[in-house]
Amino acid sequence: MKKELIGVYTIWLRDIKRYFRDKPRIVGSLAQPILFLFVLGTGIASSLSTFGGGSGKDFLSFMFPGIVGMTVLFTSFFSAMSIVWDREFGFLREVLVTPISRTSIVVGKLLGGSTIAMIQGSIILLLSPLLKIPITFAIFFKVLVIIFLVAITISAMGIVLASVIKSMQAFQVITNFLLMPMFFLSGALFPLNDTVKWMKVVSRINPLSYGIDAMRTIILNNPDLQLYPLWLDIVVLVSVTVVMSILGAVLFSRQD
Amino acid sequence: MNDINTNNIIEVKNLVKEFKGLRAVDDITFSVKENEIFGFLGPNGAGKTTTINIICTLLSKTSGEVTLCGHNVTRERNKIRNCIGMVFQDPSLDDKLTALENLYFHGLLYNIPRRTLKERSEEVLKIVNLTSRKNNLVMTYSGGMKRRLEIARGLLHYPKILFLDEPTLGLDPQTRNKIWDYIIKLKKNKNITIFLTSHYMEETEICDRIAIIDEGKIIALDTPDNLKNTIGGDIITILSEENVKLKKYIKEITGSDVQDAKDGKIRFEIKDSSIFIPKFIKNSPVKILSISARKPTLNDVFLDLTGREIREENASARDNIRSRMMGRMRH
Ligand SMILES: Nc1ncnc2c1ncn2[C@@H]1O[C@H](COP(=O)(O)OP(=O)(O)OP(=O)(O)O)[C@@H](O)[C@H]1O
Ligand SMILES: [Mg+2]
Repeated sequence: MKKELIGVYTIWLRDIKRYFRDKPRIVGSLAQPILFLFVLGTGIASSLSTFGGGSGKDFLSFMFPGIVGMTVLFTSFFSAMSIVWDREFGFLREVLVTPISRTSIVVGKLLGGSTIAMIQGSIILLLSPLLKIPITFAIFFKVLVIIFLVAITISAMGIVLASVIKSMQAFQVITNFLLMPMFFLSGALFPLNDTVKWMKVVSRINPLSYGIDAMRTIILNNPDLQLYPLWLDIVVLVSVTVVMSILGAVLFSRQD
Repeated sequence: MNDINTNNIIEVKNLVKEFKGLRAVDDITFSVKENEIFGFLGPNGAGKTTTINIICTLLSKTSGEVTLCGHNVTRERNKIRNCIGMVFQDPSLDDKLTALENLYFHGLLYNIPRRTLKERSEEVLKIVNLTSRKNNLVMTYSGGMKRRLEIARGLLHYPKILFLDEPTLGLDPQTRNKIWDYIIKLKKNKNITIFLTSHYMEETEICDRIAIIDEGKIIALDTPDNLKNTIGGDIITILSEENVKLKKYIKEITGSDVQDAKDGKIRFEIKDSSIFIPKFIKNSPVKILSISARKPTLNDVFLDLTGREIREENASARDNIRSRMMGRMRH
Protein backbone atom coordinates (compact mmCIF):
# COMPACT_ATOMS: atom_id res chain seq x y z
CA MET A 1 0.00 0.00 0.00
CA LYS A 2 2.76 2.39 0.97
CA LYS A 3 4.53 1.41 -2.23
CA GLU A 4 1.47 2.38 -4.28
CA LEU A 5 1.17 5.74 -2.51
CA ILE A 6 4.80 6.45 -3.30
CA GLY A 7 3.99 5.54 -6.90
CA VAL A 8 1.09 7.99 -7.01
CA TYR A 9 3.29 10.65 -5.44
CA THR A 10 6.08 10.05 -7.95
CA ILE A 11 3.81 10.38 -10.97
CA TRP A 12 2.23 13.47 -9.47
CA LEU A 13 5.54 15.08 -8.56
CA ARG A 14 6.90 14.55 -12.02
CA ASP A 15 3.96 16.36 -13.60
CA ILE A 16 4.29 19.25 -11.17
CA LYS A 17 8.05 19.56 -11.70
CA ARG A 18 7.60 19.56 -15.43
CA TYR A 19 4.86 22.17 -15.17
CA PHE A 20 6.92 24.66 -13.20
CA ARG A 21 9.93 24.10 -15.41
CA ASP A 22 8.04 24.88 -18.59
CA LYS A 23 7.60 28.65 -18.27
CA PRO A 24 6.53 29.20 -21.88
CA ARG A 25 3.76 26.69 -21.42
CA ILE A 26 2.50 28.46 -18.31
CA VAL A 27 2.41 31.79 -20.08
CA GLY A 28 0.92 30.26 -23.22
CA SER A 29 -1.84 28.45 -21.43
CA LEU A 30 -2.83 31.60 -19.56
CA ALA A 31 -2.80 33.75 -22.68
CA GLN A 32 -5.91 32.09 -24.11
CA PRO A 33 -8.26 32.65 -21.16
CA ILE A 34 -6.99 36.19 -20.70
CA LEU A 35 -7.61 36.89 -24.36
CA PHE A 36 -11.11 35.49 -24.10
CA LEU A 37 -11.85 37.45 -20.99
CA PHE A 38 -10.49 40.85 -21.90
CA VAL A 39 -10.83 40.97 -25.67
CA LEU A 40 -13.76 38.73 -26.58
CA GLY A 41 -15.55 39.42 -23.29
CA THR A 42 -15.16 43.17 -23.43
CA GLY A 43 -16.12 43.16 -27.11
CA ILE A 44 -19.31 41.20 -26.58
CA ALA A 45 -20.14 43.20 -23.49
CA SER A 46 -20.06 46.50 -25.37
CA SER A 47 -22.00 45.07 -28.32
CA LEU A 48 -24.66 43.88 -25.88
CA SER A 49 -25.31 47.45 -24.78
CA THR A 50 -25.39 48.45 -28.48
CA PHE A 51 -28.15 45.91 -29.12
CA GLY A 52 -30.02 47.16 -26.09
CA GLY A 53 -29.33 44.30 -23.72
CA GLY A 54 -28.35 44.62 -20.11
CA SER A 55 -25.24 46.37 -18.98
CA GLY A 56 -21.82 45.18 -20.18
CA LYS A 57 -20.49 44.65 -16.71
CA ASP A 58 -23.12 41.97 -16.10
CA PHE A 59 -21.94 40.01 -19.08
CA LEU A 60 -18.29 40.08 -18.03
CA SER A 61 -19.23 38.82 -14.58
CA PHE A 62 -21.35 36.13 -16.22
CA MET A 63 -18.50 35.05 -18.45
CA PHE A 64 -15.85 35.03 -15.74
CA PRO A 65 -16.69 31.62 -14.17
CA GLY A 66 -16.99 30.25 -17.69
CA ILE A 67 -13.43 31.29 -18.47
CA VAL A 68 -12.21 29.66 -15.27
CA GLY A 69 -13.99 26.52 -16.46
CA MET A 70 -12.40 26.82 -19.88
CA THR A 71 -8.93 27.04 -18.34
CA VAL A 72 -9.60 23.95 -16.28
CA LEU A 73 -11.05 22.08 -19.25
CA PHE A 74 -8.07 22.58 -21.55
CA THR A 75 -5.39 22.29 -18.90
CA SER A 76 -6.56 19.01 -17.47
CA PHE A 77 -7.46 17.46 -20.80
CA PHE A 78 -4.08 18.12 -22.36
CA SER A 79 -2.20 17.07 -19.29
CA ALA A 80 -4.03 13.74 -19.25
CA MET A 81 -3.58 13.36 -22.96
CA SER A 82 0.19 13.46 -22.61
CA ILE A 83 -0.21 9.89 -21.42
CA VAL A 84 -0.55 8.88 -25.09
CA TRP A 85 2.89 9.80 -26.32
CA ASP A 86 4.47 9.38 -22.94
CA ARG A 87 3.48 5.76 -23.13
CA GLU A 88 5.00 5.14 -26.54
CA PHE A 89 8.15 7.20 -26.33
CA GLY A 90 8.69 8.57 -22.95
CA PHE A 91 9.16 8.17 -19.30
CA LEU A 92 5.88 6.35 -18.82
CA ARG A 93 7.07 3.37 -20.77
CA GLU A 94 9.71 2.99 -18.15
CA VAL A 95 7.18 3.37 -15.36
CA LEU A 96 5.14 0.56 -16.88
CA VAL A 97 7.85 -2.02 -16.12
CA THR A 98 8.24 -0.91 -12.51
CA PRO A 99 6.24 -2.72 -9.84
CA ILE A 100 3.73 0.15 -9.57
CA SER A 101 0.16 -0.75 -10.45
CA ARG A 102 -1.52 0.84 -13.45
CA THR A 103 -4.17 2.20 -11.12
CA SER A 104 -1.58 4.17 -9.17
CA ILE A 105 -0.23 5.58 -12.40
CA VAL A 106 -3.71 6.73 -13.36
CA VAL A 107 -4.39 8.21 -9.93
CA GLY A 108 -1.05 10.03 -9.97
CA LYS A 109 -1.80 11.37 -13.41
CA LEU A 110 -5.32 12.51 -12.38
CA LEU A 111 -3.96 14.30 -9.34
CA GLY A 112 -1.13 15.84 -11.33
CA GLY A 113 -3.49 17.13 -14.01
CA SER A 114 -5.92 18.52 -11.47
CA THR A 115 -3.23 20.17 -9.39
CA ILE A 116 -2.01 22.00 -12.45
CA ALA A 117 -5.58 22.90 -13.39
CA MET A 118 -6.14 24.24 -9.88
CA ILE A 119 -3.03 26.40 -10.15
CA GLN A 120 -4.08 27.77 -13.55
CA GLY A 121 -7.67 28.23 -12.40
CA SER A 122 -6.46 30.12 -9.32
CA ILE A 123 -4.45 32.50 -11.44
CA ILE A 124 -7.57 33.34 -13.44
CA LEU A 125 -9.57 33.68 -10.23
CA LEU A 126 -7.03 36.18 -8.95
CA LEU A 127 -7.82 38.40 -11.92
CA SER A 128 -11.31 38.99 -10.51
CA PRO A 129 -10.51 42.42 -9.00
CA LEU A 130 -9.79 43.67 -12.52
CA LEU A 131 -13.39 42.86 -13.41
CA LYS A 132 -14.66 44.20 -10.09
CA ILE A 133 -15.96 40.82 -9.03
CA PRO A 134 -15.60 40.45 -5.28
CA ILE A 135 -14.06 37.14 -4.30
CA THR A 136 -13.59 36.29 -0.64
CA PHE A 137 -11.33 33.58 0.72
CA ALA A 138 -14.35 31.38 1.32
CA ILE A 139 -15.52 31.74 -2.29
CA PHE A 140 -12.01 31.12 -3.52
CA PHE A 141 -11.67 27.83 -1.70
CA LYS A 142 -15.16 26.65 -2.61
CA VAL A 143 -14.41 27.32 -6.26
CA LEU A 144 -11.15 25.44 -5.86
CA VAL A 145 -13.07 22.36 -4.74
CA ILE A 146 -15.26 22.56 -7.85
CA ILE A 147 -12.20 23.05 -10.03
CA PHE A 148 -10.71 19.94 -8.49
CA LEU A 149 -13.82 17.88 -9.31
CA VAL A 150 -14.07 19.21 -12.85
CA ALA A 151 -10.36 18.69 -13.44
CA ILE A 152 -10.42 15.08 -12.30
CA THR A 153 -13.46 14.36 -14.47
CA ILE A 154 -11.88 15.89 -17.54
CA SER A 155 -8.48 14.27 -16.88
CA ALA A 156 -10.15 10.90 -16.45
CA MET A 157 -12.03 11.49 -19.68
CA GLY A 158 -8.70 12.21 -21.37
CA ILE A 159 -7.24 8.97 -20.02
CA VAL A 160 -10.29 6.98 -21.12
CA LEU A 161 -9.92 8.37 -24.63
CA ALA A 162 -6.16 7.86 -24.60
CA SER A 163 -6.62 4.22 -23.66
CA VAL A 164 -9.04 3.63 -26.49
CA ILE A 165 -7.52 5.78 -29.21
CA LYS A 166 -3.79 5.51 -29.58
CA SER A 167 -2.98 7.68 -32.54
CA MET A 168 -1.96 11.27 -32.27
CA GLN A 169 -4.06 12.42 -35.22
CA ALA A 170 -7.23 10.91 -33.91
CA PHE A 171 -6.58 12.88 -30.80
CA GLN A 172 -6.49 16.12 -32.72
CA VAL A 173 -9.81 15.25 -34.29
CA ILE A 174 -11.23 14.62 -30.84
CA THR A 175 -10.00 17.94 -29.62
CA ASN A 176 -12.01 19.60 -32.36
CA PHE A 177 -15.10 17.46 -32.22
CA LEU A 178 -15.38 16.93 -28.51
CA LEU A 179 -13.51 19.55 -26.57
CA MET A 180 -14.74 22.62 -28.45
CA PRO A 181 -18.42 21.58 -28.44
CA MET A 182 -18.06 20.72 -24.76
CA PHE A 183 -16.78 24.20 -24.16
CA PHE A 184 -19.40 25.98 -26.29
CA LEU A 185 -22.28 23.98 -24.85
CA SER A 186 -21.25 24.35 -21.25
CA GLY A 187 -22.82 27.71 -20.55
CA ALA A 188 -19.37 29.26 -20.35
CA LEU A 189 -20.00 31.97 -22.93
CA PHE A 190 -23.77 32.34 -23.01
CA PRO A 191 -26.59 31.38 -20.66
CA LEU A 192 -28.27 28.08 -21.36
CA ASN A 193 -31.50 29.03 -19.55
CA ASP A 194 -33.28 30.24 -22.64
CA THR A 195 -31.51 28.91 -25.73
CA VAL A 196 -32.91 26.47 -28.25
CA LYS A 197 -34.04 23.08 -27.06
CA TRP A 198 -31.30 20.84 -28.52
CA MET A 199 -28.62 22.92 -26.89
CA LYS A 200 -30.29 22.55 -23.55
CA VAL A 201 -30.49 18.79 -24.01
CA VAL A 202 -26.86 18.48 -25.02
CA SER A 203 -25.70 20.68 -22.18
CA ARG A 204 -27.46 18.40 -19.76
CA ILE A 205 -25.13 15.50 -20.64
CA ASN A 206 -22.09 17.75 -20.59
CA PRO A 207 -20.32 17.44 -17.21
CA LEU A 208 -18.62 20.77 -17.74
CA SER A 209 -21.93 22.63 -17.66
CA TYR A 210 -22.51 21.42 -14.09
CA GLY A 211 -19.02 22.54 -13.09
CA ILE A 212 -19.43 25.98 -14.59
CA ASP A 213 -22.93 26.30 -13.14
CA ALA A 214 -21.53 25.48 -9.70
CA MET A 215 -18.71 28.02 -10.02
CA ARG A 216 -21.11 30.66 -11.24
CA THR A 217 -23.46 30.03 -8.35
CA ILE A 218 -20.60 30.28 -5.86
CA ILE A 219 -18.95 33.34 -7.39
CA LEU A 220 -21.98 35.42 -8.46
CA ASN A 221 -24.69 34.04 -6.19
CA ASN A 222 -27.32 35.19 -8.67
CA PRO A 223 -30.36 32.83 -8.85
CA ASP A 224 -31.29 34.20 -12.30
CA LEU A 225 -28.11 32.83 -13.82
CA GLN A 226 -28.32 29.52 -12.03
CA LEU A 227 -29.23 26.38 -14.00
CA TYR A 228 -29.41 23.76 -11.28
CA PRO A 229 -29.26 23.85 -7.51
CA LEU A 230 -25.69 23.71 -6.18
CA TRP A 231 -26.21 20.35 -4.51
CA LEU A 232 -27.27 18.82 -7.81
CA ASP A 233 -24.19 20.21 -9.55
CA ILE A 234 -22.01 18.64 -6.90
CA VAL A 235 -23.81 15.31 -6.94
CA VAL A 236 -23.50 15.10 -10.73
CA LEU A 237 -19.85 16.14 -10.68
CA VAL A 238 -18.87 13.68 -7.98
CA SER A 239 -20.69 10.82 -9.71
CA VAL A 240 -19.15 11.55 -13.10
CA THR A 241 -15.74 11.92 -11.46
CA VAL A 242 -16.00 8.54 -9.78
CA VAL A 243 -17.30 6.76 -12.87
CA MET A 244 -14.76 8.34 -15.21
CA SER A 245 -11.84 7.65 -12.86
CA ILE A 246 -12.74 4.00 -12.47
CA LEU A 247 -13.29 3.66 -16.19
CA GLY A 248 -9.95 5.35 -16.85
CA ALA A 249 -8.11 3.07 -14.44
CA VAL A 250 -9.74 -0.06 -15.85
CA LEU A 251 -9.11 0.84 -19.48
CA PHE A 252 -5.55 1.94 -18.84
CA SER A 253 -4.77 -1.28 -16.99
CA ARG A 254 -5.87 -3.39 -19.92
CA GLN A 255 -2.81 -4.91 -21.52
CA ASP A 256 -2.45 -4.79 -25.25
CA MET B 1 5.43 -28.05 -14.13
CA ASN B 2 8.21 -30.28 -12.93
CA ASP B 3 10.50 -30.22 -15.90
CA ILE B 4 11.66 -26.69 -15.14
CA ASN B 5 15.35 -26.59 -14.49
CA THR B 6 15.97 -24.53 -11.36
CA ASN B 7 19.09 -23.23 -12.97
CA ASN B 8 17.06 -21.48 -15.63
CA ILE B 9 16.05 -17.96 -14.71
CA ILE B 10 13.94 -17.45 -17.82
CA GLU B 11 11.92 -20.19 -19.49
CA VAL B 12 10.11 -19.59 -22.75
CA LYS B 13 8.02 -22.35 -24.29
CA ASN B 14 6.28 -22.24 -27.66
CA LEU B 15 5.84 -18.50 -27.46
CA VAL B 16 3.72 -16.97 -30.21
CA LYS B 17 2.78 -13.33 -30.75
CA GLU B 18 0.50 -12.20 -33.53
CA PHE B 19 -0.26 -8.63 -34.52
CA LYS B 20 -3.34 -8.54 -36.70
CA GLY B 21 -2.33 -11.41 -38.93
CA LEU B 22 1.41 -10.83 -38.64
CA ARG B 23 3.31 -13.50 -36.74
CA ALA B 24 6.03 -11.43 -35.09
CA VAL B 25 7.12 -14.24 -32.79
CA ASP B 26 6.58 -17.68 -34.21
CA ASP B 27 6.64 -20.54 -31.74
CA ILE B 28 9.98 -20.01 -30.02
CA THR B 29 11.36 -22.04 -27.14
CA PHE B 30 14.49 -21.24 -25.17
CA SER B 31 15.77 -20.71 -21.68
CA VAL B 32 18.28 -18.40 -20.06
CA LYS B 33 20.53 -19.64 -17.28
CA GLU B 34 21.17 -17.78 -14.12
CA ASN B 35 24.13 -15.42 -14.26
CA GLU B 36 24.77 -15.75 -17.96
CA ILE B 37 24.84 -13.17 -20.70
CA PHE B 38 22.27 -14.25 -23.23
CA GLY B 39 22.01 -12.55 -26.60
CA PHE B 40 19.40 -12.22 -29.29
CA LEU B 41 20.96 -11.61 -32.66
CA GLY B 42 18.85 -10.89 -35.69
CA PRO B 43 17.93 -8.41 -38.40
CA ASN B 44 15.30 -5.65 -38.22
CA GLY B 45 11.85 -6.93 -37.55
CA ALA B 46 13.04 -10.36 -36.43
CA GLY B 47 10.93 -10.15 -33.30
CA LYS B 48 13.60 -9.38 -30.71
CA THR B 49 11.90 -6.43 -29.09
CA THR B 50 8.53 -8.12 -29.20
CA THR B 51 9.91 -11.14 -27.32
CA ILE B 52 11.58 -8.95 -24.70
CA ASN B 53 8.41 -6.93 -24.22
CA ILE B 54 6.46 -10.10 -23.56
CA ILE B 55 9.02 -11.40 -21.08
CA CYS B 56 9.09 -8.12 -19.18
CA THR B 57 5.26 -7.97 -18.95
CA LEU B 58 4.70 -5.03 -21.30
CA LEU B 59 2.95 -7.01 -24.00
CA SER B 60 0.51 -9.89 -23.81
CA LYS B 61 1.32 -13.09 -25.65
CA THR B 62 -0.89 -14.88 -28.13
CA SER B 63 0.06 -18.30 -26.79
CA GLY B 64 2.86 -20.16 -25.07
CA GLU B 65 4.42 -20.23 -21.62
CA VAL B 66 6.82 -17.71 -20.15
CA THR B 67 8.27 -17.83 -16.66
CA LEU B 68 10.90 -15.61 -15.12
CA CYS B 69 12.49 -16.44 -11.75
CA GLY B 70 9.75 -19.04 -11.53
CA HIS B 71 6.99 -16.43 -11.87
CA ASN B 72 4.37 -16.67 -14.55
CA VAL B 73 4.43 -13.72 -16.91
CA THR B 74 0.65 -13.37 -17.15
CA ARG B 75 -0.33 -14.11 -13.58
CA GLU B 76 2.55 -12.69 -11.53
CA ARG B 77 3.49 -9.52 -13.32
CA ASN B 78 4.38 -7.54 -10.23
CA LYS B 79 6.78 -10.17 -8.97
CA ILE B 80 8.48 -10.17 -12.32
CA ARG B 81 8.64 -6.39 -12.48
CA ASN B 82 10.38 -6.38 -9.14
CA CYS B 83 13.31 -8.41 -10.36
CA ILE B 84 14.00 -6.92 -13.78
CA GLY B 85 15.79 -3.86 -15.06
CA MET B 86 15.06 -2.60 -18.52
CA VAL B 87 16.88 -0.53 -21.10
CA PHE B 88 14.49 0.04 -23.98
CA GLN B 89 15.38 0.29 -27.59
CA ASP B 90 13.60 3.63 -27.81
CA PRO B 91 14.41 6.56 -25.55
CA SER B 92 12.47 6.55 -22.32
CA LEU B 93 13.96 9.34 -20.25
CA ASP B 94 12.13 12.44 -19.16
CA ASP B 95 13.83 15.19 -21.16
CA LYS B 96 12.59 17.95 -18.93
CA LEU B 97 14.16 16.49 -15.80
CA THR B 98 17.81 16.33 -14.84
CA ALA B 99 19.76 13.07 -14.80
CA LEU B 100 19.63 12.94 -11.04
CA GLU B 101 15.87 13.54 -11.03
CA ASN B 102 15.33 10.78 -13.56
CA LEU B 103 17.22 8.41 -11.29
CA TYR B 104 15.43 9.71 -8.22
CA PHE B 105 11.98 9.05 -9.67
CA HIS B 106 13.05 5.62 -10.82
CA GLY B 107 14.36 4.77 -7.37
CA LEU B 108 11.15 5.96 -5.71
CA LEU B 109 9.14 3.65 -7.94
CA TYR B 110 11.26 0.73 -6.78
CA ASN B 111 10.87 1.76 -3.19
CA ILE B 112 14.58 2.31 -2.57
CA PRO B 113 15.13 4.19 0.71
CA ARG B 114 16.19 7.78 0.13
CA ARG B 115 19.69 7.56 1.58
CA THR B 116 20.55 4.39 -0.31
CA LEU B 117 19.04 5.95 -3.41
CA LYS B 118 21.40 8.91 -3.18
CA GLU B 119 24.47 6.73 -2.82
CA ARG B 120 23.45 4.42 -5.63
CA SER B 121 22.63 7.26 -7.98
CA GLU B 122 26.15 8.58 -7.51
CA GLU B 123 27.52 5.09 -7.99
CA VAL B 124 25.74 4.39 -11.27
CA LEU B 125 26.40 7.89 -12.61
CA LYS B 126 30.08 7.34 -12.01
CA ILE B 127 29.97 4.06 -13.89
CA VAL B 128 28.56 5.69 -17.00
CA ASN B 129 30.70 8.77 -16.54
CA LEU B 130 27.96 11.33 -16.15
CA THR B 131 28.73 12.62 -12.68
CA SER B 132 29.71 16.07 -13.89
CA ARG B 133 26.47 16.47 -15.83
CA LYS B 134 24.11 15.07 -13.26
CA ASN B 135 22.30 18.34 -12.66
CA ASN B 136 21.73 19.18 -16.30
CA LEU B 137 18.40 18.64 -18.00
CA VAL B 138 18.42 15.47 -20.09
CA MET B 139 17.20 17.64 -22.97
CA THR B 140 20.75 19.00 -23.22
CA TYR B 141 22.39 15.56 -23.47
CA SER B 142 23.77 13.95 -26.60
CA GLY B 143 22.30 10.67 -27.82
CA GLY B 144 25.16 8.68 -26.32
CA MET B 145 24.87 10.39 -22.97
CA LYS B 146 21.16 9.65 -22.87
CA ARG B 147 21.86 6.02 -23.60
CA ARG B 148 24.40 5.84 -20.81
CA LEU B 149 21.97 7.39 -18.41
CA GLU B 150 19.34 4.83 -19.36
CA ILE B 151 21.77 2.03 -18.61
CA ALA B 152 22.63 3.62 -15.28
CA ARG B 153 18.94 3.79 -14.49
CA GLY B 154 18.42 0.15 -15.42
CA LEU B 155 21.04 -0.79 -12.85
CA LEU B 156 19.87 1.47 -10.06
CA HIS B 157 17.64 -1.04 -8.30
CA TYR B 158 20.10 -3.94 -8.62
CA PRO B 159 17.85 -6.11 -10.77
CA LYS B 160 18.34 -9.86 -10.97
CA ILE B 161 17.93 -9.70 -14.72
CA LEU B 162 18.88 -6.76 -16.85
CA PHE B 163 17.32 -6.47 -20.30
CA LEU B 164 19.25 -4.42 -22.80
CA ASP B 165 17.47 -3.86 -26.10
CA GLU B 166 20.11 -2.59 -28.53
CA PRO B 167 22.01 -0.90 -25.71
CA THR B 168 24.75 0.56 -27.83
CA LEU B 169 22.89 1.54 -30.97
CA GLY B 170 24.21 4.88 -32.14
CA LEU B 171 27.10 5.11 -29.69
CA ASP B 172 30.74 5.68 -30.59
CA PRO B 173 33.10 2.67 -30.34
CA GLN B 174 34.81 4.04 -27.25
CA THR B 175 31.59 4.36 -25.32
CA ARG B 176 30.42 1.01 -26.60
CA ASN B 177 33.53 -0.71 -25.32
CA LYS B 178 33.20 0.96 -21.98
CA ILE B 179 29.62 -0.14 -21.63
CA TRP B 180 30.46 -3.72 -22.50
CA ASP B 181 33.42 -3.80 -20.13
CA TYR B 182 31.12 -2.61 -17.44
CA ILE B 183 28.48 -5.18 -18.28
CA ILE B 184 31.01 -8.01 -18.07
CA LYS B 185 32.24 -6.70 -14.73
CA LEU B 186 28.71 -6.41 -13.51
CA LYS B 187 27.98 -10.00 -14.33
CA LYS B 188 31.03 -11.12 -12.38
CA ASN B 189 30.55 -8.97 -9.31
CA LYS B 190 26.82 -8.59 -8.91
CA ASN B 191 25.47 -11.96 -9.81
CA ILE B 192 23.24 -10.55 -12.49
CA THR B 193 21.77 -12.20 -15.56
CA ILE B 194 21.88 -10.16 -18.73
CA PHE B 195 19.57 -10.51 -21.70
CA LEU B 196 20.56 -8.36 -24.62
CA THR B 197 19.75 -7.84 -28.27
CA SER B 198 22.04 -6.38 -30.83
CA HIS B 199 22.79 -5.91 -34.47
CA TYR B 200 26.48 -5.54 -33.79
CA MET B 201 27.99 -8.94 -34.36
CA GLU B 202 31.17 -8.30 -32.37
CA GLU B 203 29.13 -7.27 -29.41
CA THR B 204 27.08 -10.39 -29.17
CA GLU B 205 30.33 -12.34 -29.01
CA ILE B 206 30.66 -11.38 -25.35
CA CYS B 207 27.52 -13.44 -24.73
CA ASP B 208 27.76 -16.83 -23.11
CA ARG B 209 25.04 -18.02 -25.45
CA ILE B 210 23.37 -16.53 -28.48
CA ALA B 211 20.04 -17.18 -30.10
CA ILE B 212 19.96 -16.22 -33.74
CA ILE B 213 16.47 -15.10 -34.59
CA ASP B 214 14.96 -14.45 -37.97
CA GLU B 215 11.36 -13.82 -38.99
CA GLY B 216 10.12 -14.68 -35.55
CA LYS B 217 11.91 -18.01 -35.31
CA ILE B 218 15.05 -19.06 -33.48
CA ILE B 219 17.20 -20.64 -36.14
CA ALA B 220 20.24 -21.40 -33.98
CA LEU B 221 21.11 -21.26 -30.30
CA ASP B 222 24.55 -21.99 -28.88
CA THR B 223 27.76 -20.46 -27.60
CA PRO B 224 29.42 -18.07 -30.06
CA ASP B 225 32.28 -20.53 -30.57
CA ASN B 226 30.03 -23.46 -31.26
CA LEU B 227 27.99 -21.39 -33.67
CA LYS B 228 31.09 -20.40 -35.56
CA ASN B 229 32.27 -24.01 -35.56
CA THR B 230 29.19 -25.00 -37.52
CA ILE B 231 30.96 -23.30 -40.40
CA GLY B 232 33.52 -25.61 -41.92
CA GLY B 233 36.66 -23.70 -40.96
CA ASP B 234 37.90 -20.41 -42.40
CA ILE B 235 36.13 -18.25 -44.92
CA ILE B 236 37.99 -17.71 -48.17
CA THR B 237 36.98 -14.90 -50.51
CA ILE B 238 38.41 -14.78 -54.02
CA LEU B 239 38.31 -12.36 -56.90
CA SER B 240 39.18 -14.10 -60.14
CA GLU B 241 39.04 -13.60 -63.91
CA GLU B 242 36.62 -16.43 -64.50
CA ASN B 243 34.33 -17.25 -61.63
CA VAL B 244 32.30 -20.03 -63.22
CA LYS B 245 35.29 -22.12 -64.07
CA LEU B 246 36.94 -21.49 -60.74
CA LYS B 247 33.81 -22.43 -58.85
CA LYS B 248 33.72 -25.79 -60.57
CA TYR B 249 37.39 -26.37 -59.81
CA ILE B 250 37.01 -25.53 -56.12
CA LYS B 251 34.02 -27.80 -55.84
CA GLU B 252 36.12 -30.59 -57.32
CA ILE B 253 39.12 -30.25 -55.03
CA THR B 254 37.37 -29.33 -51.76
CA GLY B 255 33.89 -30.72 -52.09
CA SER B 256 32.48 -27.59 -50.41
CA ASP B 257 29.76 -25.33 -51.81
CA VAL B 258 30.92 -22.09 -53.38
CA GLN B 259 28.72 -19.02 -53.12
CA ASP B 260 28.70 -15.65 -54.82
CA ALA B 261 29.75 -12.83 -52.55
CA LYS B 262 29.75 -9.05 -52.83
CA ASP B 263 31.65 -7.18 -55.59
CA GLY B 264 31.82 -10.12 -58.00
CA LYS B 265 33.77 -12.25 -55.56
CA ILE B 266 33.12 -15.83 -54.60
CA ARG B 267 33.40 -17.38 -51.16
CA PHE B 268 33.66 -20.80 -49.59
CA GLU B 269 34.78 -22.46 -46.40
CA ILE B 270 37.87 -24.54 -45.80
CA LYS B 271 39.34 -26.28 -42.75
CA ASP B 272 42.94 -25.10 -42.75
CA SER B 273 43.42 -22.05 -44.92
CA SER B 274 47.16 -21.52 -44.27
CA ILE B 275 48.02 -24.80 -45.94
CA PHE B 276 45.30 -24.64 -48.56
CA ILE B 277 46.00 -21.18 -50.02
CA PRO B 278 49.59 -21.61 -51.33
CA LYS B 279 48.71 -24.91 -52.95
CA PHE B 280 45.53 -23.49 -54.38
CA ILE B 281 47.17 -20.47 -55.97
CA LYS B 282 49.81 -22.64 -57.59
CA ASN B 283 47.33 -25.08 -59.13
CA SER B 284 44.42 -22.78 -59.97
CA PRO B 285 43.34 -23.04 -63.63
CA VAL B 286 42.14 -19.41 -63.52
CA LYS B 287 44.11 -16.29 -62.71
CA ILE B 288 43.47 -15.17 -59.12
CA LEU B 289 43.28 -11.41 -58.69
CA SER B 290 42.88 -11.36 -54.93
CA ILE B 291 42.35 -13.85 -52.16
CA SER B 292 41.66 -13.45 -48.46
CA ALA B 293 41.02 -15.79 -45.60
CA ARG B 294 39.48 -15.00 -42.24
CA LYS B 295 37.97 -16.67 -39.24
CA PRO B 296 34.18 -17.02 -39.44
CA THR B 297 32.04 -14.41 -37.67
CA LEU B 298 28.49 -14.63 -36.46
CA ASN B 299 27.50 -12.79 -39.60
CA ASP B 300 28.80 -15.76 -41.59
CA VAL B 301 26.74 -18.03 -39.42
CA PHE B 302 23.67 -15.98 -40.16
CA LEU B 303 24.48 -15.90 -43.85
CA ASP B 304 24.94 -19.64 -43.81
CA LEU B 305 21.60 -20.22 -42.16
CA THR B 306 19.47 -17.75 -44.08
CA GLY B 307 21.36 -16.82 -47.23
CA ARG B 308 21.15 -13.16 -46.17
CA GLU B 309 23.40 -10.84 -44.21
CA ILE B 310 22.41 -9.06 -41.05
CA ARG B 311 22.60 -5.47 -42.09
CA GLU B 312 25.08 -3.61 -39.94
CA GLU B 313 23.28 -0.62 -38.53
CA ASN B 314 24.81 2.79 -38.72
CA ALA B 315 24.48 5.65 -36.29
CA SER B 316 21.23 6.89 -37.74
CA ALA B 317 19.47 3.61 -37.14
CA ARG B 318 17.99 4.87 -33.95
CA ASP B 319 16.38 7.72 -35.79
CA ASN B 320 15.00 5.38 -38.42
CA ILE B 321 13.50 3.23 -35.80
CA ARG B 322 12.00 6.25 -34.14
CA SER B 323 10.37 7.48 -37.29
CA ARG B 324 9.08 3.98 -37.92
CA MET B 325 7.50 4.00 -34.51
CA MET B 326 5.92 7.35 -35.22
CA GLY B 327 4.56 5.92 -38.43
CA ARG B 328 3.16 2.95 -36.60
CA MET B 329 1.32 5.23 -34.24
CA ARG B 330 -0.39 7.08 -37.03
CA HIS B 331 -2.29 4.06 -38.31
N1 LIG C 1 2.60 -2.85 -31.95
C1 LIG C 1 2.78 -3.50 -33.11
N2 LIG C 1 1.78 -3.59 -34.00
C2 LIG C 1 1.95 -4.24 -35.18
N3 LIG C 1 3.09 -4.84 -35.56
C3 LIG C 1 4.13 -4.78 -34.72
C4 LIG C 1 4.05 -4.11 -33.46
N4 LIG C 1 5.24 -4.22 -32.83
C5 LIG C 1 6.04 -4.91 -33.67
N5 LIG C 1 5.38 -5.26 -34.80
C6 LIG C 1 5.93 -6.04 -35.92
O1 LIG C 1 6.49 -7.22 -35.40
C7 LIG C 1 7.69 -7.54 -36.08
C8 LIG C 1 8.82 -7.71 -35.09
O2 LIG C 1 9.14 -6.45 -34.54
P1 LIG C 1 10.23 -6.23 -33.43
O3 LIG C 1 10.17 -4.81 -33.01
O4 LIG C 1 10.09 -7.26 -32.40
O5 LIG C 1 11.57 -6.49 -34.25
P2 LIG C 1 13.07 -6.36 -33.76
O6 LIG C 1 13.69 -7.69 -33.95
O7 LIG C 1 13.15 -5.75 -32.42
O8 LIG C 1 13.64 -5.36 -34.85
P3 LIG C 1 14.69 -4.17 -34.70
O9 LIG C 1 16.02 -4.79 -34.83
O10 LIG C 1 14.37 -3.30 -35.87
O11 LIG C 1 14.46 -3.50 -33.41
C9 LIG C 1 7.92 -6.46 -37.10
O12 LIG C 1 7.47 -6.92 -38.34
C10 LIG C 1 7.06 -5.32 -36.61
O13 LIG C 1 6.60 -4.54 -37.67
MG1 LIG D 1 13.95 -4.12 -31.62
